[in-house]
Amino acid sequence: MAATFPADHALQKAKDSGTPPKRRLNAPWGDALFSFLAHSAAWLTLAILAGIIGSLIVGAAPAIKEFGLGFLWHSEWDPVQDHYGGLAMIYGTVATSFIALLIAVPVSFGIALFLTEMSPSWLKRPLGVAIELLAAVPSIVYGMWGLMVFGPILATYVQQPLQSAFGNVPVLGTLFSGPPVGMGILCAGIILAIMIIPFIAAVMRDVFEVTPPMLKESAYGLGATTWEVVYRVVLPFTKTGVVGGVMLGLGRALGETMAVTFVIGNQSQLSQLSLFQAANSITSVLANEFAEAGEGLHRSALMYLALVLFVITFIVLSFAKVMLARLKRSEGARA
Amino acid sequence: MTSISAVSGPRLAMHMRRKRVNTVALTLAFGAMVFGVFWLVWILFETIVLGAGGMSWALLTQSQPGPNSEGGGLSNAIFGSLAMVGFATLIGTPIGVFSGIYLAEYGQKGWLGSTTRFINDILLSAPSIVIGLFVYALIVVPMKSFSGWAGSIALAMIVIPVVIRTTESMLNLVPHALREAAYALGTPKWKVISSVTLRAARSGVITGVLLAIARISGETAPLLFTALSSQFFSTDMTRPMASLPKVIYDFATGPYENLQHLAWAGVFLITLGVLALNIAARVFFRNKH
Repeated sequence: MAATFPADHALQKAKDSGTPPKRRLNAPWGDALFSFLAHSAAWLTLAILAGIIGSLIVGAAPAIKEFGLGFLWHSEWDPVQDHYGGLAMIYGTVATSFIALLIAVPVSFGIALFLTEMSPSWLKRPLGVAIELLAAVPSIVYGMWGLMVFGPILATYVQQPLQSAFGNVPVLGTLFSGPPVGMGILCAGIILAIMIIPFIAAVMRDVFEVTPPMLKESAYGLGATTWEVVYRVVLPFTKTGVVGGVMLGLGRALGETMAVTFVIGNQSQLSQLSLFQAANSITSVLANEFAEAGEGLHRSALMYLALVLFVITFIVLSFAKVMLARLKRSEGARA
Repeated sequence: MTSISAVSGPRLAMHMRRKRVNTVALTLAFGAMVFGVFWLVWILFETIVLGAGGMSWALLTQSQPGPNSEGGGLSNAIFGSLAMVGFATLIGTPIGVFSGIYLAEYGQKGWLGSTTRFINDILLSAPSIVIGLFVYALIVVPMKSFSGWAGSIALAMIVIPVVIRTTESMLNLVPHALREAAYALGTPKWKVISSVTLRAARSGVITGVLLAIARISGETAPLLFTALSSQFFSTDMTRPMASLPKVIYDFATGPYENLQHLAWAGVFLITLGVLALNIAARVFFRNKH
């Protein structure tokens, strides 16, 4: 269709008169404005991170000045005498996340294996969606369920039998001592595991799927079993991605607040290393005490804990990101 | 067949062992899959059993009751949640979309682009309670009051990274030929982005926003020190405001049975809403692609 545009006339006129054509833009400032908006939005994202770190450092400054790095390995948490050490909460956070990984990593690996190698194709999609929905369930729902439903079941059917069976065995006895009431480090760890399984499984499934089919088919062609293909071909090929996915799950577990606060028992003393012991994580002590803490050292000590948590998760998540990026790059190099 | 049946002795033993290992591994993988789905089913089941009974008209129309009293509902919390989630989406979406546009269309290479992309991935999984602390220092302390606005801004900071991520990846899926065709017609860059690439990526961006809404509807931690809570129905965003997750938390950890029943009803509402949003986002996205 030979439509004539107004610009053509302008061009023709300009050619005739020997002056350069005038470009007609309906909003000459549009480009500048749009570019400005996009740039400032990007800067704002950076500013949020800077603001988070800045506000934590400023808030924590009095506690840092008062307790120094010793805060990290002292466990007295005493709001009455205004003396604070963060070891009990740091231990709570690390222990619950460790239990969560211990359960979640093998299970997620199994789910990813099932979804990529075993599942009939008509089942892949619904099962994948089910796992993703598990990731979408809000943490408060997990917390409520853990407190009202899972905790009591754990106490009656797991903790009490374990205690009566291993109570007198030296090392296990210590791990299983304490009141078997359901709430505590073990319960928080299990709930965290259920929460991070979908995250880790989704990443593992995605990285397993990057493995070039040629590699897998060659191994199958040599007579390898499904397990051998996954363990000897897929896993070595994708190991950086798998580590990245696990780190991503760890980052989630470390920073999870509500589900943990519901079930960890909220006790700030580090009296014994029992799995059944009520404890506190960094996030749960923040959730419980920050709003009521007065100005001064108590609040500042809580900010110090938050800073520690943020630094740890920042490192873990950066590591995850680097590992996942490395897989992507090596995949590009091989393609 | 002959080659296999002819195998005997140590080679047959090895063959059998490999097969056994394979069977065990695949059974365990199947078990893991069942394990994963089992929790989802169990949690949904309990939520429905314990929460669906609490559904009533009063739940939506009446404000929260006192301890051990009859009746009452969650209207103050439901309204507070809707208001704060709504404003958070209104604040967060434009910032997220423009940041995503920057990453996909302006900052493909430079340092600002790669830094923003990296930081955004951190923010995406950063502990949400820390965002609450930041907004506390940024808004609650200077204004000397917990407020609905502070809650909205804290939630908006969770919306932003989710929207950035989806906007960027959806824009990156738009074929370059489309951009080049538009540029060849002399279209200015802002028009190319707003009426060609962004339009092509529209359904993906909307999906991202829906997922972000689903995510913040259940967030509690950032509201603890920003919006706090309120026992009364209030439309004043400059004052403390109740929200569904926070009210559930308070009721569930308290000793009163009538409040715990309401908490379960609240859990049912939230789970239903969040899963519906997730499924809607998926269906919407699939229908457009």
